[in-house]
Amino acid sequence: MLDFPLWKKISLWAITLALAALALPSLISATGMVALDDLEEAPQVNLGLDLAGGSHLLLEGSEEFVAANRLDNLEENVRVAMRNAEPRIRISDISTADGSLSFLLDTPANIDRARSAIEPLIAGQGITAEWELSVIDTQRMVLSPTSAGLANALDTAMNGAVEVVRERIDQLGTREPTIIRQGDQRIVVQVPGLEDPEALKELLGETAVLEFKLVDKDALPTNVQAGIAPPGSEIYPFVDDSQFAGSSLAVERLGGIRGDNLTEANPGKDPQTNEDVVNIRFDSQGATKFAKLSTENVNERFAIILDGKILSAPVFNEPILGGSAQISGSFNPETAKKLAIQLNSGALPVELTVVEERTVGPDLGADSIRKGLIAMLIGSLAVITLMIATYGRFGVYATIALFFNVLILLGVMAGLNATLTLPGIAGFVLTVGAAVDANVLINERIREERKRGRKVLAAVETGYKEASRAIYDANITNFIAGALLFWFGSGPIRGFAIVLVIGLATTIFTALFLTRMWASSWVKSRPADINI
Amino acid sequence: MKLLKLVPADTNIKFLKLRVPFFILSIVLMIASWGLVFTQGLNYGVDFAGGQEVRLTFEERDEAPIPALRELVGGLGYGTPVVQEFGAANQVSIRVPLPEDVEATPGAATEIGNQVIATIAEEFPGARTDGNDTVSGKVAGEFREAALLALIAAMVAVALYIWIRFEWQFGVGALFALFHDVSLTLGLFALFQLEFSLQIIAAILSIIGYSLNDTIVVYDRIRENLKKFRKLPLPELLDLSINETLARTVMTSLTLLVALLPLLLFGPASLFGLVAAITAGLFIGTYSSVYLASPILIWLGVTSDSFVPPETEIEKQEKAARDRSRGVV
Repeated sequence: MLDFPLWKKISLWAITLALAALALPSLISATGMVALDDLEEAPQVNLGLDLAGGSHLLLEGSEEFVAANRLDNLEENVRVAMRNAEPRIRISDISTADGSLSFLLDTPANIDRARSAIEPLIAGQGITAEWELSVIDTQRMVLSPTSAGLANALDTAMNGAVEVVRERIDQLGTREPTIIRQGDQRIVVQVPGLEDPEALKELLGETAVLEFKLVDKDALPTNVQAGIAPPGSEIYPFVDDSQFAGSSLAVERLGGIRGDNLTEANPGKDPQTNEDVVNIRFDSQGATKFAKLSTENVNERFAIILDGKILSAPVFNEPILGGSAQISGSFNPETAKKLAIQLNSGALPVELTVVEERTVGPDLGADSIRKGLIAMLIGSLAVITLMIATYGRFGVYATIALFFNVLILLGVMAGLNATLTLPGIAGFVLTVGAAVDANVLINERIREERKRGRKVLAAVETGYKEASRAIYDANITNFIAGALLFWFGSGPIRGFAIVLVIGLATTIFTALFLTRMWASSWVKSRPADINI
Repeated sequence: MKLLKLVPADTNIKFLKLRVPFFILSIVLMIASWGLVFTQGLNYGVDFAGGQEVRLTFEERDEAPIPALRELVGGLGYGTPVVQEFGAANQVSIRVPLPEDVEATPGAATEIGNQVIATIAEEFPGARTDGNDTVSGKVAGEFREAALLALIAAMVAVALYIWIRFEWQFGVGALFALFHDVSLTLGLFALFQLEFSLQIIAAILSIIGYSLNDTIVVYDRIRENLKKFRKLPLPELLDLSINETLARTVMTSLTLLVALLPLLLFGPASLFGLVAAITAGLFIGTYSSVYLASPILIWLGVTSDSFVPPETEIEKQEKAARDRSRGVV
């Protein structure tokens, strides 16, 4: 137990000093004496949002949105597949109620041909199908979504959404945002230093699906205002800040184009009217589609629709062949810039809602760190006084061990690039208070063994041996509680759990190994008695 | 140098003599705690209740104008706000419940928060906004579920560990003591209507850990003594074990206490609830380690044979054969 060959001593010191050294960059930057730039490379403890100030947003993707989108795509694909079949298969009475697509074949004889046309559209990867096909009354086909297919689509949409969110936040020019997926349908966004998350939320709160659709010129205005759409058309309202706000238009459901094929979008001014506009440029595929649409519908009115609301409804005065277009619609410079950012980053593949939001002011953090440090210093002094007054020499060992314990804890956190949160500060104080527990157990046992008449060497040896059992048991149970805390918690609480759990490991190391090494050196000098 | 001995060297306190009264007291306190939790309810913060919470510091005042704030925010028409002191006398948290339909409308919740902040800033220009949290009802529900799960899982997991390391009676004893500690802490929060947040769950989970430290030290000694003094009656053996480890129990609790007190008194206001809960739990946990965890072993039937490995089938047969050959039937 007390046998420490030279190599063991050297490696213990090497580990101690190396880990403690990792703490230095964090300590130096905390004092603010050295410019941060010089330390940029060194691993440091990050400050959590509750200490650095900033915004935390938890966004939830809408499963309904993904399901609806998927159904629309399926409908479009089925129509195309039926039209392209040789000879063409006519379908009618198409319905998308209850999340399933159902349609009627012209004749039951076509059922096998229709089936083979649809098969490639609904097959998923591997054995699970994206959609389930059933036939009712010999000529009605129903396609229902499978849960695997839907989960798959949601997963893909969420992954896409993370990219779009990142793109949008980057364009906002905020520094070092953290954007990670959480669970099946959530995204965590953390932006340090951002005090007013309004702009950010507006930017993320809209999916920015841009569509160009033809206005149904045959629709009766009275019907449209009453919300009754002619067959094949849909009613869309104007955006709230439009001059036509409150009124609606019927637009043709099919045959429009979506703004997926943009290469760039820029805010600008209309040279003639000086109105704020967004200039967009299509890629070659989009340009071809747009040229076709405008050529076939010269002098027809079309609607520019963003997220289900009409921005404006101009007329194709002439075919637009160059692939550029201008979107107007009661913008001001800010909203034009916002839309440009949204269009540049692409549409969000899923609608996102903020389900949790936390914003912390910048003044609070610095104040908390200062108060936490003062409390920790006073607490440490009290613990040290108590330990030295009670255990003398062995109290001094515990004190030095405590000093290294805190340094190593900070060093390990820096090495792991862990985050220090406000509750994490409490974790440090708790670690200080609990770290000496191990030494208390050892020292009390040595006291007891001396009282029973054991010699100094034997007492110290037995003290370490017998106490370690309870020390390991106590730390393992604490570790279990800490691990569950880490699993349960998020953000600040997780920061608390990290400090506690790492603190347990460093405590075992410093209390059981370092103090034992020092005690062993002292015992080797054959002291006649031990004041404990 | 004369060293400090907080606990005299040879104490011989008859802890177990009062085991029945203390056990009854503990049970009464536990029932009272749960009664309070169910009648008074816990004062859920925004984490668990959902809604909109704004934290403010009135830098130019010694005390926050709580009644005025209550009236001011209440006048906005979002229902009765919860306005309470938050750590220091000039810091408050204001929680406004969110109307049902708000959750479906993105941005509507923050709109309410901004309105609260703007209204207060107009009336009290010196107020500093420290934070602004919005938690939807769905997320708050998930937090409540996860918190409950984490507490139960932690208690069961550590009790299982104790069972594996000791005997089942010790596992049950530890579990009972932990349940007692958690109950009383919850009871205190219900009694004083302190804000119950995610931080408090963190505090209770660390209480579970630290309360167990003392219990383990005593149990470890009980196990050692059970092997050593096979003939000693159990109550006496438990008293001996508690007395032998008393200095440790006092010292480990004391070092934690002197470390925590400065944080409680001078630490950041937003940590007050967390530190207060751990400090209270420290006293409750130390008490339960001595007065609950050990006596319960008597009622669970721990004997000096508990740590003697049970005879295997072969040994039994050998013994029976030996007995037969000696003519014992």
